[in-house]
Amino acid sequence: MDVFGVAITGVGIIFLFLGNFGVLRLPDVYNRIQAGTKCTTLGAFLTIVGVGIMEPAWLWKALLIALFVLVTNPISSHAIARASRKSGVSLCDRSVVDKTKDFEEFREKT
Amino acid sequence: MIFVVSLLTLLMLSAAIAALIFKDLMSAVIASCMVSLIAAILFYFLQAPDVAMAEASIGAALVTAVFIIAIRRTKRYEE
Amino acid sequence: MSQTIAVVFLAIMAIGIFLCLLRMLRGPTAPDRAVAVDTMTTTVVALLVLLGFVFKRYVYLDVALVYSLLAFVGLVAIARFLERGI
Repeated sequence: MDVFGVAITGVGIIFLFLGNFGVLRLPDVYNRIQAGTKCTTLGAFLTIVGVGIMEPAWLWKALLIALFVLVTNPISSHAIARASRKSGVSLCDRSVVDKTKDFEEFREKT
Repeated sequence: MIFVVSLLTLLMLSAAIAALIFKDLMSAVIASCMVSLIAAILFYFLQAPDVAMAEASIGAALVTAVFIIAIRRTKRYEE
Repeated sequence: MSQTIAVVFLAIMAIGIFLCLLRMLRGPTAPDRAVAVDTMTTTVVALLVLLGFVFKRYVYLDVALVYSLLAFVGLVAIARFLERGI
């Protein structure tokens, strides 16, 4: 049981480190939001559940914390993405599709 | 363990220097939020979880909200 | 045995927090810095739970819960200010 918990925690740590590295390396605000939300949510979930498996008496409180991270992290990322879109941060020059601009042009036309 | 504590202390000091030299006051508020979040981890390392809880609640939520209200009443960029 | 591996994991997470701080120093606009703080917060919640496992104290898990809640409130306040315009 101990080896199993250590393995799950190690996979979570790898996801967390890749998320942090993506926040440093990617070229744009929206790409950084994608790296910093998906990878980090899965990594934190796996790490906390792995600690709960290593100490079986802590499992319910660890699951509560993991559920809380799983609920609140996408909400704050969505708020930051909406705020950066409204405040006029442009996309990087290599991006190919912009659905929000298409929708605004469509709404002005009709 | 001593490696982690010294690295976190260096991170807190560099975030505090960044909060001093930013011209955009909103970025300075975000940097000071980061300073108090890392200070909460350092209190946790010193085995004082109640002080860590108070530091996180005051530094991350309350001081940030008060500074944001103050920036909204005045102007955002410093000359 | 698992305590030693947990300390190595703590070092890797501290290096990850260092990468987030580099983005916070370099970011050209304010939303970049907010994203860096958001990522750092989620990493730190996992670090606090793992540190409670190293110290063998059950009470220390409460700090992780309060930490994630308050960082969420602060980030939503920053995002509301950025959305309303300057």
